[in-house]
Amino acid sequence: MSTTTDNTTQELTAKDFKTDGPVKWCAGCGSYSILSSVNATLPKLGVRKEDIVFVSGIGCSSRFPYYVKTYGFHGLHGRAMPIASGVKLANPELSVWVVTGDGDSMAIGGNHFIHLLRRNMDINILLLNNKIYGLTKGQYSPTTPFGSKTKTSPDGTIEHPFKPGELAMGAEGTFYARTIDTDPKMMKEVFLEAAKHKGAALTEVLQNCIIFNNKVHQEITDKDVKEDNTIYLKHGEPMIFGKENDKGLVLDGIKLKVVKIGENGITKDDILVHDAHEPDDTLHYMLARMALPEFPLALGVIRAHKTAVYDHMLEEQVELAKEHSKVKKLNDLLNSGEIVKKG
Amino acid sequence: MSDKNKVVELEDVIIKFAGDSGDGMQFTGNQFSDTSVNAGNDLATFPDYPSEVRAPQGTIAGVSGFQIHIGGKDIHTSGDLADVLVAMNPAALRKNLKWVREGGTIIIDIDNFDNKHYKKAGYEEDPLNDGTLKGYKIIKAPITTMTKSSVKELDSKVALKTKNQFVSGMLYFLFNRELEQGKQFLRQKFKNKPKLVEANIDVLEAGYHYAETLEAFETTYRIISAEKTGSFRNITGNVATAWGLMAAAEKSGRPLFLGSYPITPATEILQELSSKKNLGVKTFQAEDEIAGISSAIGASFAGNFGVTTTSGPGLSLKSEAAGLAVMTELPLVIVDVQRGGPATGLPTKPEQSDLLQALYGRNGESPVVVMSAATPGDCFHAAFKAGKIAMEHMVPVILLTDGYLANGSELWNIPDVDSMPNIKPPIAKANDEDYAPYRRNPETLAREWAIPGTEGLRHRIGGLEKEDVSGEVSHDALNHEIMVKYREEKVQRIANYIPEQPIYGNEDGGDVLVVSWGGTYGAVYTAVSELRKQGKDISLAHFEYIKPFPKNTREVLSKFNKIIVTEINNGQFVNYLRAHFPEFNYLQYNKIQGLPFMIYELKDKFNEILEEK
Repeated sequence: MSTTTDNTTQELTAKDFKTDGPVKWCAGCGSYSILSSVNATLPKLGVRKEDIVFVSGIGCSSRFPYYVKTYGFHGLHGRAMPIASGVKLANPELSVWVVTGDGDSMAIGGNHFIHLLRRNMDINILLLNNKIYGLTKGQYSPTTPFGSKTKTSPDGTIEHPFKPGELAMGAEGTFYARTIDTDPKMMKEVFLEAAKHKGAALTEVLQNCIIFNNKVHQEITDKDVKEDNTIYLKHGEPMIFGKENDKGLVLDGIKLKVVKIGENGITKDDILVHDAHEPDDTLHYMLARMALPEFPLALGVIRAHKTAVYDHMLEEQVELAKEHSKVKKLNDLLNSGEIVKKG
Repeated sequence: MSDKNKVVELEDVIIKFAGDSGDGMQFTGNQFSDTSVNAGNDLATFPDYPSEVRAPQGTIAGVSGFQIHIGGKDIHTSGDLADVLVAMNPAALRKNLKWVREGGTIIIDIDNFDNKHYKKAGYEEDPLNDGTLKGYKIIKAPITTMTKSSVKELDSKVALKTKNQFVSGMLYFLFNRELEQGKQFLRQKFKNKPKLVEANIDVLEAGYHYAETLEAFETTYRIISAEKTGSFRNITGNVATAWGLMAAAEKSGRPLFLGSYPITPATEILQELSSKKNLGVKTFQAEDEIAGISSAIGASFAGNFGVTTTSGPGLSLKSEAAGLAVMTELPLVIVDVQRGGPATGLPTKPEQSDLLQALYGRNGESPVVVMSAATPGDCFHAAFKAGKIAMEHMVPVILLTDGYLANGSELWNIPDVDSMPNIKPPIAKANDEDYAPYRRNPETLAREWAIPGTEGLRHRIGGLEKEDVSGEVSHDALNHEIMVKYREEKVQRIANYIPEQPIYGNEDGGDVLVVSWGGTYGAVYTAVSELRKQGKDISLAHFEYIKPFPKNTREVLSKFNKIIVTEINNGQFVNYLRAHFPEFNYLQYNKIQGLPFMIYELKDKFNEILEEK
């Protein structure tokens, strides 16, 4: 590996984060556009390039750290989150990113995933969800749609898939966004929001696996249907979508409902306004659950609730303890309490 | 009141406290230990408690014990057989009678010796009248009723919780202890509960005065003071381990990070360190064992001294991540407080059966440093050395202690941290244009520690095999072989930085060499030293470093006619020795009962071997 002589006063660009070596994903893999969107986001973080760390587990997506020129750690299957937790707690000044997949974080690393969110550690998680095991060549994952035929479900899966957003909110997650590999503009906007969030930020990136699960997201990526089948939620803006910008979301009792503006006396004012900052996650949960054909798929920052952050609190406790203690060195501790001196 | 004129001096005494889990026997044991330390005695203690928090009262399963060995000579173990047993109920008596020496004193709470309690304890006949207790001195004290009557104002449930103080009072009298010391202990323990202090002191005094009236206590004892000089404190192995890790952090300038998951009998290390934020220690109670070690590896990558603590089954769960630390060549200390296995096994009982797991329990060619601690106090020094090796040689170190060391305590000579050696990790310098992740120090073969945040050192490491020097991912056949050999050689070269294996006894060789390692030291040393006093040709090599071996190991083994390897397992170290030094003949002595060695059983075995021609 070659090393760079860094210059901190320098303005950073995406180029600063491009590695010299080859990127080894399949041609046409959705990860390429995610990588370039990440590279374009990193200069905007306002942190030194030496203060960024990428951590991953195992899987196609987890090769990510090798392709970003920062400090990087390619861990074990499922274990990116606890490794990243250790990095962050050891040095909270670092901007820590986890890149993981639907197998890595939802199956083998499921336990670590929920606990990192619950603790609200200031770590950015990019969950590249292609709904399949790619690196092991085509077995179903915890997010594979029910009934899908894969190499290990030749008769169709009989497992009910996870929705990462539901899981995140069930785990007390404070930030959840969903975006898609075909929309670099949205990715960049969402990644930056995620980075700005103080606390654990989960961004699910719907990603295409061109070899084993091609067109799995077709219903929301195809040009002629994507505007009717998705809604890009933005904080403070009404929940309006559709090719004609005439469809919206309202509450009907305790359920969401799609309505058409101009029909049945519905006006723009009747449409819900997105409040990502609301502490109560009930509506965020409903938005994250929305699925075709009844609803559009929700994209953008669905939840961004500000609350106490684990690593900040730990630092505070350490500082407070240091300040109030008479024990300043280990020798003080060893010689405090019940001591007997002889001779 | 009897006159207290007849005082006999004792070299040492062994007392065992036994009762229901809720009877406060651990508390009384600790109180008596504390007083003994203040009285200038050397001591070693061992608590023996069930894994259930409160098993049914009065049953064998619910018996909790605490053994204390105090004396004026050097005390190396909590002792074989008790001189005094306190049995709060028939179950406590039944479980512990076999651990009392012939002619020993047994103090029982006569109030609990009735048919109902006999049945619970599994006695078919009244043990007080059927000859079971022949040859012992039995003191039938109405502990429950006397306690109740001395704290009448208390609710009877609360009152019963103070009855351990009645026992303490009796023992303070019997061993001529300053009652004030016991009171001081209570004032400290119940700092913000003045009513509890008062009640406990009342009962303590009641027990003391009751003992004064006993004919059986006409003779009392004084345990002679130890001759050691210096500053001392009573310390358990787990606390000593925690402090040793802190010492390594302080001497290296690298902050201590502990990622751990609670598990018996290792949990106290996590507890102890979680209260040491004042010294900059960060602890992370992870969601599982795997997250514990993974977070420690992450923290090490980011420049902290990463540590994880566990016991046997937890070490199994950490195996894959331990291999990651081998691959990434980061400093890491894994403390394994061994217990009986496999699976959940015997959570509260000591065993030395994780040795082979520590040495070999990972996929691939995966060498780590394996070392062990010898006594509760030695856990401090062993943990420090483990940290020093891990950080200076960029390598994971597994430190093996066990439940006996962890919960046991001894009088510990407090070291001066300032005079301990500094730890100098090979930290990579900012903007070093020649930096490469797997460039090695030619002497140690350690790679450099390039810490995130440092300018000019951005790099990637991970679990995939890496190219020599450059650190790029590599599947090249020859490169893999080179890297495997580097990782092994790096560990072997640590032998250049550790002391040679000492021999206690005949340094130039002789008839019998006893070989042991880890927490059996106290018993094995005492057995060997007692036999040597009888003029026997027997010596001891107690191993602290297991991988790599000290450089002179072969030479040490070659100097003796017979080698006997003693372990609390089915023969793990002995087979490791057979693999590495096959030219010698090894006898072995193993005990796999979840119990430490008794000195007498070791001596019996050694005598047998000494007599063989």
